[in-house]
Amino acid sequence: MDFDLNDDQRLLKDSVERLITDKYGFDQRRANMAAPGGWSRTMWAQFAELGLLGLPFAEEHGGFGGGPVEAMIVAEAFGRGLVLEPYLATVILGGGLIRRAGDAATQASLLPQIASGELLLAFAHVEPQSRYELHNVATIARQDGARWRLEGDKGVVLHGDCANKILVTARTAGSTRDRTGIGLFLVDVPGEGVSVRGYPTQDGLRAAEVSLAGATGIPLGDPANALPAIERVVDEALAFLAAEAVGVMAAMHASTVDYMKQRKQFGRAIGDFQALQHRAVDMLVLLEQARSMALLATMMVAEDDPVERHKVAAAAKVQIGRSGRKLGQEAVQLHGGIGVTMEYMVGHYFKRMSMIEILFGDADTHLAQLAEGSGVLEAA
Amino acid sequence: MDLSFTPEERAFREEMRRFFRTEIPAEIREKAGKGEHVSKADLITTQQAMNKAGLATPHWPRAWGGRDWTPVQTYIWLDEMQTNSVPAPLAFNTSMVGPVIAEFGSEAQKQRFLPATANLDIWWCQGFSEPGAGSDLAGLRTSAVRDGDEWVVNGQKTWTTLAQHADWIFCLCRTDPNAAKKQQGISFILIDMKTPGITVRPIQTLDGGHEVNEVWFDEVRVPYENLVGEENKGWDYAKFLLGNERTGIARVGVSKARLLRLRELAKLERIGDKPLIEDRHFREKLTALEIELRALEMTQLRVVAGERDRPRGVPNPMSSILKLKGSEIQQATTELLMELVGPYAMPYHAGAEPEGDNDPQSIGPEYAAEAAPTYFNWRKISIYGGSNEIQRNILAKAILGF
Repeated sequence: MDFDLNDDQRLLKDSVERLITDKYGFDQRRANMAAPGGWSRTMWAQFAELGLLGLPFAEEHGGFGGGPVEAMIVAEAFGRGLVLEPYLATVILGGGLIRRAGDAATQASLLPQIASGELLLAFAHVEPQSRYELHNVATIARQDGARWRLEGDKGVVLHGDCANKILVTARTAGSTRDRTGIGLFLVDVPGEGVSVRGYPTQDGLRAAEVSLAGATGIPLGDPANALPAIERVVDEALAFLAAEAVGVMAAMHASTVDYMKQRKQFGRAIGDFQALQHRAVDMLVLLEQARSMALLATMMVAEDDPVERHKVAAAAKVQIGRSGRKLGQEAVQLHGGIGVTMEYMVGHYFKRMSMIEILFGDADTHLAQLAEGSGVLEAA
Repeated sequence: MDLSFTPEERAFREEMRRFFRTEIPAEIREKAGKGEHVSKADLITTQQAMNKAGLATPHWPRAWGGRDWTPVQTYIWLDEMQTNSVPAPLAFNTSMVGPVIAEFGSEAQKQRFLPATANLDIWWCQGFSEPGAGSDLAGLRTSAVRDGDEWVVNGQKTWTTLAQHADWIFCLCRTDPNAAKKQQGISFILIDMKTPGITVRPIQTLDGGHEVNEVWFDEVRVPYENLVGEENKGWDYAKFLLGNERTGIARVGVSKARLLRLRELAKLERIGDKPLIEDRHFREKLTALEIELRALEMTQLRVVAGERDRPRGVPNPMSSILKLKGSEIQQATTELLMELVGPYAMPYHAGAEPEGDNDPQSIGPEYAAEAAPTYFNWRKISIYGGSNEIQRNILAKAILGF
């Protein structure tokens, strides 16, 4: 049992952290946000150059064969930088789905394009009625000769407005909440019968509403049973988001402690007041508990048993959600007025944290689901 | 980065588990698991069985029964002890005075006390807190004045846990009232409880139990040689003592055993037309607590893994997080048990008081009797061993740099 990074992982951590420190300050981030599309193609090219875009892929696909720990390292650094680029959408979700559901030929053709930075992907699963249920799919896929045609509306598709291809969940059989009869389809954008309406999200990232009216979709894997692969990739995304949240929380906490040492009122630093020190300590406890669960999710996400794997990913999402909300609110409170402005970083961390809480299910949703099962403690 | 234990560590866990499940009498483990009163005789039986197998004092120096275990082995030993509801060796003996004597005591003191302390042939109690010296321990006033080859001790200690069982007490006494700093005039002295002039008065806690006491010293004459280490260095030894043995402080295994028990008991209670365990609200509370505990277990493993790179004997300030969160979770398990039990948490079993000749089964389900007393009693966990507010002060200073 050890929590140490190996040499390659340390190297990766150093280089990603250096990139964030050098290239992702508050002003640079604001400039990136103002670029066409809401993020920086230059940054994206740098990610490709550093090998980050192919990180989880096999070497034969232009990747580095990185595992969950490598993803965690990137996520945590991206959390600290509040990175705007479509890494989660393209590499973790899009690339993950292609890896877990696609056949060898599809992988060989698409993964290298992700690694090089040419191909941008998005995952369209949310629907107006679905809330957080991955298997709640009303969008229909119908066979039309050799083709599949898709009908339906997808919402809040992360980075859906920049994607060259969107991975769409659609029903090939059964009724809206059945776990079987769900397929995953690749849809080219732009394309006939596809309309995409992009918009910014609260955290400065991007999403889109996607309407499909007879759009052509190419099935990825079994069109009748894509859910297991989807759930696996979403668990990987949960582990990634947990680590990103730790980066966000650690930065908020550090900023708060710093601010408390500098800000003077009543003739002394507000950090001299014990009442405030204790609140900063409680934030530290929230952070460390969240970090522990993010680590556990990272270490368990490669687990073959889907039940055990999901249990830990969901438990991590509960912890991250609860820690993150309280820690974020406290960070804003302890910064005082400056905390509620767009002019200071802490509020932006808070906003990203609040969106991470929502992504792929909030704490209450996962807690309710876990509570149905037999508990999250390991059997002795 | 790797969560798995080595084959040797897994074998070690098996060995510990087998020992605790076969060598510690089942009725003692059962009593402890249910939160019932564990008697003095039970504690002695348990510790002597552990000592015989070399498992009572693994963290002591090798010459005195220590095992030179890795932090991971120590963690596994504790985890198996706690999850199997085995009462821990008496902390005053094995975690507190034993290591101090082994580190700072004279050869004669080591010979005289260490084997008997490990085997619980001597029962120690701790004379630290005083009415005016709680969190601010260095403000203590019990005095020891040298008179030839004796100390004359006067003063009052309080919150002295299980002093009614104790053969000896290790005391912090003020030996130099004129020292520049209040920490500098304190000595660490061993006192036989049978010495004339010592009075023990019980303090009854909220659960009705007799766990703590006041101990009065009136002109108590103690041989000079019972001083440990140097005169006026007692504060250093006390700090050494309090910094010892932090890995078990979260008591993750204890909470784990309690949560598993709550899950079982919730099948027996009914709410409306179904067992309580099928109640969504209850299940969510239970699950939320399990998640907190799983996170704490990971935090504990991180601290344990980090021990490897830390100088020996220097406490990791992260262990204050274990104390804070661990105490909150332990207390939350007792809250949940009281809620689970419902109306039968209310009867007060006067017979449940000291020494175990009680009859808690007389009213309501047998598991109900301990619910409220444990809830009330366990409020102590966030107060003793450095209150949670003190832990926050430590973290504020040591980790956040305030």
